[in-house]
Amino acid sequence: MEMVGMEGSLAMAEAVRLANVDVIAAYPITPQTHIVERLAEMVANGELNAEYIPVESEHSAMSACLGSSATGARTFTATAGQGLELMHEVLYVASGLRLPIVMGVANRALSSPLSVWGDHSDVMAVRDCGWIQIFAENGQQALDLTVCAFRIGEHPNVLFPVMIHIDGFHLSHVVEPLFLLDKSQVEGFLPPYHYPFALDTDKPVTIGAFTVPILYTEARKSMEAALRSTRDIINEVWNEFAKVSGRQYRAVEHYRTEDADTLLLTMGSYSEIAMEAIDQLRDRNEKVGLIRLRLWRPFPFEELRKATGRCQTLVVLDRCISPGGPPGPVCSEVKAALYSQKKRPKIAGFIGGLGGRDLSVPEFVKMIERGKEIAEAGGEEVETIGVRGQ
Amino acid sequence: MENFAIYVPRLLPQKDYFAPGHRACIGCGEALAVRLVTKALGREVIISNATGCMEIVSSPFPTTSWRVPWIHTLFENASAVASGIEAALKILNEKGARAKMPKVVAMGGDGATLDIGLQSLSGAWERGHDFLYVCFDNEAYMNTGIQRSSGTPFGAATTTSPAGKLSIGQTTWKKNMPAIAVAHDIPYVATACPSYPFDLIEKVTKAVATHGPSYLHVLSPCPTGWRYPTDLSIRLGRLAVETGVFPLYEVENGKYRLNFDSSKLRPVRDYLTPQGRFRHLPKEEIERIQEGVNKEYQKLKRKVEA
Repeated sequence: MEMVGMEGSLAMAEAVRLANVDVIAAYPITPQTHIVERLAEMVANGELNAEYIPVESEHSAMSACLGSSATGARTFTATAGQGLELMHEVLYVASGLRLPIVMGVANRALSSPLSVWGDHSDVMAVRDCGWIQIFAENGQQALDLTVCAFRIGEHPNVLFPVMIHIDGFHLSHVVEPLFLLDKSQVEGFLPPYHYPFALDTDKPVTIGAFTVPILYTEARKSMEAALRSTRDIINEVWNEFAKVSGRQYRAVEHYRTEDADTLLLTMGSYSEIAMEAIDQLRDRNEKVGLIRLRLWRPFPFEELRKATGRCQTLVVLDRCISPGGPPGPVCSEVKAALYSQKKRPKIAGFIGGLGGRDLSVPEFVKMIERGKEIAEAGGEEVETIGVRGQ
Repeated sequence: MENFAIYVPRLLPQKDYFAPGHRACIGCGEALAVRLVTKALGREVIISNATGCMEIVSSPFPTTSWRVPWIHTLFENASAVASGIEAALKILNEKGARAKMPKVVAMGGDGATLDIGLQSLSGAWERGHDFLYVCFDNEAYMNTGIQRSSGTPFGAATTTSPAGKLSIGQTTWKKNMPAIAVAHDIPYVATACPSYPFDLIEKVTKAVATHGPSYLHVLSPCPTGWRYPTDLSIRLGRLAVETGVFPLYEVENGKYRLNFDSSKLRPVRDYLTPQGRFRHLPKEEIERIQEGVNKEYQKLKRKVEA
C-alpha cells in the first residue's frame, strides 16, 4: 500500500469509518474539531452509515454515548481540554458500567489562562476515571491505535471504554505520511460489537443501580481488577494487529535503549523529537536511549520495570503541572512504580511543553544532560524547561 | 373531562412494570404516578432515569422494581442518554442488527428537569429525538431532604427556603416548564396528575404515539416534603387541579386544550391549608398566591381560546 499524506485528526476519523461505527455523539472543541467535522462529512456523504448526534455539550456527548453503547451500538466521540473536564463525572459512569465507548482526545491545556494548545493537563485530571488510555505519537498511530481501540474495548473479557490521546495541534493538525488500511483488513480484524447486557425489551436489565457501603467497595475493587487484567488482552490485540498491518505496538516502546545507562521517558507526540536528540547524543557516543509510554492506563508496571532495569539515570518529561503536588504526574507515577525495585535508576523530572510550547532538539539534549546532574544530586529539583521570569 | 370512573378501571391493563417492594415513602404520589405511567407504556419501552427519588427507591443493588429495560447514569443527563438510545435503536434497526423499535422514555424529578438537566433536555428537543420525557414534579429536591428547586411554589417552606422571621419561605414563582417545552415547538406537551389516573394514562398513550419529542409534566404530591398526612396524596392532587394551582391541559402541535375546566375554581387556601409547607403563611400572602393563580389561569385560558 502506498503512503498518503494525512492530518492526524483525519487519520483518526478514517479509523472510525473503517470500524463502521454506529453512533457518533460529539461537541466541537479546538483542537479536536477536525475529527468530528470529518465524521459529520462522511455521514453526510454516505461514506459512513452512522447516526451523528450534534449534542449541545460534552457532558451530553458522553451521556449520549452511554445510552448508545448500552443499546448495543458501536459508539465514538472525541474531545479535548475543557470538553474532557466537562465530561468528567460521565467518564466514571462509562467505565463503571463497562461500556466500550472509544474516544479520541486531542490533548489540550486547561484554563485559566485560556489556551487552546496542547499539553497533558486534561488527561491527567481524568487519570483515575477507569478508562483504558493509550497515547499515539504520530498520524499512523492515530489511525492504527484507534482501530485497535474498538477491538480492545469491545473484547468480551475487557468491556472498558478506551481513550486514544493525540496531542493537540502537534499531532491533531499535522499532516504526516502514513499507510492507510483496507476495509477488508479491518473487517477481518474487528468483529461486530456485541454488548452482552444491552437494553432489550426481551431481556430487561436494570443498568446503573445504586450500592450501599457494604457493596460499593466490592464493586469498585472488581472493576479495578478487571481493568488491570486487560493488559494481556491489549498486548494480544496489538500483536494481532501487527500480523494484519506489519506495525507492532507495545505498552512501553524502546528507541536505541541497548546498553543505555541513561534513559529519557516521554509520552505522546514529543517522542519523535526526542528521538532526534537521542540520535545526536548517540553520535557523540553517549549511552542514551528513549522509552515511550504507549499505555498510560492500565499502567504497564512490569514493562516499565523491565525497560528501566539496567539504566542508572531516568529522565522523565511531563507536559502537566501538578500544583502543590509531586512535580509531574508521569514522573511521580514512574517513581512509585520503581520504588519497590531493588535496583532502580536515579530519576529526574522535567516539566515542559505546556500550553503548546515547542520543545526543540537542543532542549531535549540539554534536558538529558541536566537530568543526569539533577538525578545525581538526589532528583529533588524539578526544572521547567524554557520558563522565563523565574 | 369525561367521566371515565365508572367503567374504565376494568379496561386498564392488569400488568404492572413498576414492581411493588420499592422503598418509596408511604403515600408517595410519585411512585403511584410512575406505576401508572409504566402501566400505560407497556413492555416495549426502554427507560432512561435521572438520579432522584424514583431512581433511589427502585434500584438498590441487587434488587430492582423495573420489569422493563432501564438505565440510570447521572442527575442531569437522562435526556442525553435517551438521545443516545434512540439514535442507537434507529441505526441498529436500519443495519438489521435489531428487529424491534421500542419506545424510549426519559424521566426525572423537578430538579433533574427544571434545574440541572434543563440544558440536556432542551438540546434533545431541539434535535428532535423521538422520545417521551416525563417530569415527576414534587416541587423540591425531596431525595436530598426537601431543598427548594425552581419548581417549588411561592411561599412554600423548604430546608433551603425556610420560613423565618425575615422570610415567608420560597420567594420566587414556580418555573413554567410546560411553557418552556411548548417554546421548543415539540408536537405534544401535557400536564397530568396521578389523582386523575385515566387522564394520565390517556396522555402517556398519546405522548408515546407522537412522532418526535413529547413532554409530560406530572404533579406528584409528596407527603414527606409537603408535610401532610400520608392518606391525603390523591386529595391534594385533586385540590391542586380544582383550585387552578395545577391545571390539566394538553398542547398538541401548539394548540392548547384544557382537560378540566371549571367556571368556578375552588379557593387556593383549600389546597394550601392541609400542607405543612404553607402553614406559616399569613392571610395576605395567601391572597397574593390566589392572585398569582388567577392571573396564570387566565393566561392559560387565553391560550386555549386563541
